Amino acid sequence: MKKKKEKKSEKTGGNNAVSKKETAGAGVFLDISGLRYEYIRRDEENNVEGITTAVDDVSLKVRPGQFIAILGHNGSGKSTLAKHINAILMPAEGTVTVDGMDTQDAERLLDIRRTAGMVFQNPDNQIIGQVVDEDVAFGPENMGVPTKEIEERVEESLKILGMWNYRDASPNRLSGGQKQRVSIAGVIAMHPKCIILDEPTAMLDPKGRYEVIRAARALNETEGITIILITHYMEEVIHADTVFVMDGGKLKMSGSPREVFSRVEELKEMRLAVPQATELAWELKKAGLDLPDGILDRKELVKALIKCGRSDGRI
Amino acid sequence: MIRDITLGQYYAADSVIHRLDPRTKLVGTLAYLIALFIFNNPYVFALAAFFLITLILLSHVPFRFILKGLKPILFLLLFTVIINMLFVKGTPLFSIWKITVTEEGVKQAVSMGGRLILLILGSNLMTLTTTPTRLTAGMEHLMRPLKLIGVPVHEIAMMMSIALRFIPILMEETDRIMKAQLARGADFESGNLFKKIRSFVPVLVPLFVSAFRRANDLAMAMEARCYHGGKGRTQYRPLRYTRRDAVAYLILILYLAAVFAAGKWLSELATPWFKEMIGYAGSVSVSMSEVY
Repeated sequence: MKKKKEKKSEKTGGNNAVSKKETAGAGVFLDISGLRYEYIRRDEENNVEGITTAVDDVSLKVRPGQFIAILGHNGSGKSTLAKHINAILMPAEGTVTVDGMDTQDAERLLDIRRTAGMVFQNPDNQIIGQVVDEDVAFGPENMGVPTKEIEERVEESLKILGMWNYRDASPNRLSGGQKQRVSIAGVIAMHPKCIILDEPTAMLDPKGRYEVIRAARALNETEGITIILITHYMEEVIHADTVFVMDGGKLKMSGSPREVFSRVEELKEMRLAVPQATELAWELKKAGLDLPDGILDRKELVKALIKCGRSDGRI
Repeated sequence: MIRDITLGQYYAADSVIHRLDPRTKLVGTLAYLIALFIFNNPYVFALAAFFLITLILLSHVPFRFILKGLKPILFLLLFTVIINMLFVKGTPLFSIWKITVTEEGVKQAVSMGGRLILLILGSNLMTLTTTPTRLTAGMEHLMRPLKLIGVPVHEIAMMMSIALRFIPILMEETDRIMKAQLARGADFESGNLFKKIRSFVPVLVPLFVSAFRRANDLAMAMEARCYHGGKGRTQYRPLRYTRRDAVAYLILILYLAAVFAAGKWLSELATPWFKEMIGYAGSVSVSMSEVY
């Protein structure tokens, strides 16, 4: 175990630019092991009133370049887990290793934060600049990037997110989906290897939701950035490589979307809804139709129904 | 609607004045205001007015926008003029009933009024031609020497710019909460002043709760984007003096020299500024003139 860690830090310690391609698809980008975190409530005299275990013995590994989704109902600990990856919260027990860096290593705090950028739920509360391009420049400014390069990074990231035409606009005049795209651009300008999206669509309308998820997928596919999407909208996780389901602070399921969504009953017990097509297929199957498990969208459902009809001789 | 409110009343245009470095404009405005208060002399006022009008013409900001700035101080202006006219003693000009208007009083009133107008218009021109962001950046730069005596200059500037960013959001929120409370039957209109203030408690409590939540979120978002104070921070749009600013400073120096010359040699009364400042209070100037 010890040996393995040393090796990893050697590999990533020296050259960040090269390691992106080298590690793509192989190795471990994020390694969470035995993570436990408690919120401690105290009364006025600082006595402990109660302890809520938000994350309880969670272990998971993410490979570079993956699109990961973490699902869970409110209070399942998914956001708390996300804040550990960015070193905003420190584990009470266990370790979180991001790209070979232990999040408890205070000296590498800024490196960790620039490697794993984070986008939060409320678009209004995470935009710092009064103008779009100034906000995108905030991260690089903090990192001490030279002025010339900041300009390039701002242009590049706003173009990737399709917000370049709004560079002079006040964030207050943008729609929710646009604001979230600006927030993502602000993270992209820091050139991260990974972006953690903590319920980025919870406050958006369907159109804004679509914009943000499409942007996240594009970043994953074209830029090779590892995406960790935390959400409770099932439709958003269909395209993920791996889905983790959390409940009550514990990791309850993991696997491909198809694997996870074929366990409809378990998901329902955790008060999680499955995608509409999956749910319909599940109900039909219960009613006696011969359908496969884990249907994800409407197209698949239609195909399966036609096949089913043919074999019955009804079509 | 509310989100359209822009703070600092910036008037977007492309002019020499707009393109000046905010530091130049801040220093210029300050020097202009001080010069106004050093001399009490019609020539100086004429010079200041001429200078200001030239600048306004150069800035492409319509006059009515600049005059708008006088509205909030209209009352103060009238008050100052009337107090000065009525209570400054000297050679009587005319008198109605018990009120005597003196020559000195009229002079004082005109000079105080004119000074106030020039002061407001001058600072208005600065805020109309500079975006709040650039203004904060300029202030941060100019206040930098204060760092040596432990003033957290960067932090103050950051707070100012965050405040500017969140004021429209909080106003929108206030509006939303008020509507929500109105829908629940809250009454913000009737009753005396105390009752009205009391009726705002159900608005203020949720507003404060939400403001704290926002502050917490924002702090976290800033940390997540590597914010760690002003140390080692670079700038996206650093302030740079250009030749334009050198010319502006030169003009400013020439203007100040002209003001000093006019104030020294053309005046019949070059008064120390502190007497003027006290004279501004109006009533005090009564006792002052008694002493003399």
